[in-house]
Amino acid sequence: MKKVVEGSVAIAHAVKTIRPDVIAAYPITPQTHIVERLSEYIADGELKSEYVRADSEFSAISILVGASATGARTFTSTSSQGLALMHEVLFNASGMRLPIVMVVANRALSAPLNIWNDQQDSISQRDSGWIQLYAEDIQEAHDLTLQAYKISEDIEVRLPSMVCMDGFILTHAYEPVDLFEDEEVQKFLPPYDPKVYLTTEDPLTFGALATPEYYTEFRYVMQQAMERAKKKIRKVFTEFKEMFNRGEESLISLYKMEDADIAIITLGSLTSTVREAVDRLRDKGIKAGVVKIISYRPFPEEEIRKSLDKVNSFIVFEKDISLGHEGAVFTDVKSVVYHMKDRPSAFGFAVGLGGRDVRESTIEKLIVECIEGRKKEGFYFGDVKRVKEILK
Amino acid sequence: MMLFGPGHRACAGCGCAVTIRHVLEALEGKCFVVNSTGCMEVVSTPYPESSWEVPYIHSLFENASAVAAGIETALKSLSREHEGKVVVIAGDGATADIGVQTLSGMMFRGHDILYVCYDNEAYMNTGVQMSGLTPLGAHTTTSPAGKSIPGNLGPKKDMPAIALAHGAKYVATASMAFLADIKKKIRKARDITGPSYIQIHSTCVPGWGIDSARSVEIARLAVETGLYPIFEYENGQLVSVRKIKNRKPVEEYLKVQARFRHLFKDERGKEIIEKIQEIADYNAQYYGLDA
Ligand SMILES: Cc1ncc(C[n+]2csc(CCOP(=O)(O)OP(=O)(O)O)c2C)c(N)n1
Ligand SMILES: [Mg+2]
Repeated sequence: MKKVVEGSVAIAHAVKTIRPDVIAAYPITPQTHIVERLSEYIADGELKSEYVRADSEFSAISILVGASATGARTFTSTSSQGLALMHEVLFNASGMRLPIVMVVANRALSAPLNIWNDQQDSISQRDSGWIQLYAEDIQEAHDLTLQAYKISEDIEVRLPSMVCMDGFILTHAYEPVDLFEDEEVQKFLPPYDPKVYLTTEDPLTFGALATPEYYTEFRYVMQQAMERAKKKIRKVFTEFKEMFNRGEESLISLYKMEDADIAIITLGSLTSTVREAVDRLRDKGIKAGVVKIISYRPFPEEEIRKSLDKVNSFIVFEKDISLGHEGAVFTDVKSVVYHMKDRPSAFGFAVGLGGRDVRESTIEKLIVECIEGRKKEGFYFGDVKRVKEILK
Repeated sequence: MMLFGPGHRACAGCGCAVTIRHVLEALEGKCFVVNSTGCMEVVSTPYPESSWEVPYIHSLFENASAVAAGIETALKSLSREHEGKVVVIAGDGATADIGVQTLSGMMFRGHDILYVCYDNEAYMNTGVQMSGLTPLGAHTTTSPAGKSIPGNLGPKKDMPAIALAHGAKYVATASMAFLADIKKKIRKARDITGPSYIQIHSTCVPGWGIDSARSVEIARLAVETGLYPIFEYENGQLVSVRKIKNRKPVEEYLKVQARFRHLFKDERGKEIIEKIQEIADYNAQYYGLDA
């Protein structure tokens, strides 16, 4: 059923067809429309989930830890400060191998207070043991929400997932979306079979204390699960494509990379802008291509290395910075090319921070500066003005 | 079958372990336990061992009420409520300080959860630091009895009153010195639908500096001096109190514990003891403790 809907409504619709047993959430801009719409579905009897109006995001995710450990399928959504407030519980949920799914409406972190889009919030949680999938458009965010359940709930994986979609740019935009039908989702996603869960019929202990003799092994098996998740993501994407006739089959998506000399690497909604810029450069005879990262954790090491096999250089555009070093995605991509014989030159830019508009022309200009040797290899802020005004 | 099994690593004479064993016995194992980080969690679940013969989850220090709310909600959603009562077992620090928001949210939303606070009056797991339920005058490692400050200067936070203000249907205190009373109250709370709060005074041998063989006796003294009033509220009404015949002076309770030893050394300590006696007198009057 194709319909023009708001991004948040598309997510709420997807969740409705997935039928989680328990939803717990706390409002924060720009996530609000998702949970408001879910509340309406429940109020109208269209969705039978139990919905807990939590006292904070910290409580919301803790509630899902309890619910998921009891064998329920769960959902939450948050942004920015809310995700930061969940931080401690995120590690706990993944450590207990609970397949919670959360949609992150990406937003900048305070201070200074800023409600607009960047990806600092989810990128800052990259080490939490959650699978992180980034959506380019509303259709992809809608689709990834369903795929995330199938990936997370697989017994070989059993790690929670974040589906990251750019706040406002995707949550509040209207696009035509091919919305799920109930029967399709029932067919694609098997009922949740938790296998191990809290029950008085077979009492288990969750959340034990692990001494130095055991702790490393718990982390090791999580790392193995992340490795298996790579295979599982490919499999689920492929199954999805077979059934729905759309989407990718890989952890990354390539555009005009076959003959590219330069790869532009990015994630989220910025990909569309970058693609436009690449088209313009192609018109001018510059052989650029795009590598879109869909799965940031697990990191698509093999895919990215392969995609960079023939390029002379790559440029990462990302909406975050690990202060004191460089963009986190830039660091990760560089680590992948370390072992390559003819290592491509590496450039990285932080753009679109705190909702700053990213124009095709800006992307195009920065790419040209790199190609023409006006920039040395390294990491830069893509767009800085007004520093003098702020310093005084 | 022992529901809180033998082999846990609690200290000899640990009042909290006694409390937990009797809470579980009263529930006959038909319960889901959510435990906050603290002594009882650490001593009972060293991987790959567990002392719990009931479904048990420990998540974090401050989120037990929220995790419990999630279990209760999931049981409802999956039509499995018949399996048993959801019970939080949390220390005083987890309850009165860091977890008070999640507790408030849980009670406010009206989840069918029994909250048991085992009150050993400090953060024992991390080495006896002061909590919101540390009593007046007590030496802890962060409220040390020093040359200018004589231990903890504040009274205990009134958690039962906070629970009552949330409209909790059943609110009670108990003591590990009176085990039958613990069991009776746990069963009562179990049979109520909605949030209930029971705070159980439980000794800590190293934290209080007491003789492990006198654990129960010292817990009893807290009740007999009026310092730990034992009461019960149903639907906001005080329905019962443990009466005291010949209430003892507070010194009898204080002098057997190293954490109050400094109070017996100088004039300033004497003044604190007088204030502690005032608390006991107030409790006696407020709850009508004197038989
Ligand atoms: C967020 C956080 N802060 C601090 C700690 C350290 N910590 C673990 S247990 C504990 C004290 C627990 O005190 P209480 O709840 O009274 O239980 P007890 O140890 O006395 O049984 C503290 C401070 C922690 N685990 N998590
Ligand atoms: Mg304590």
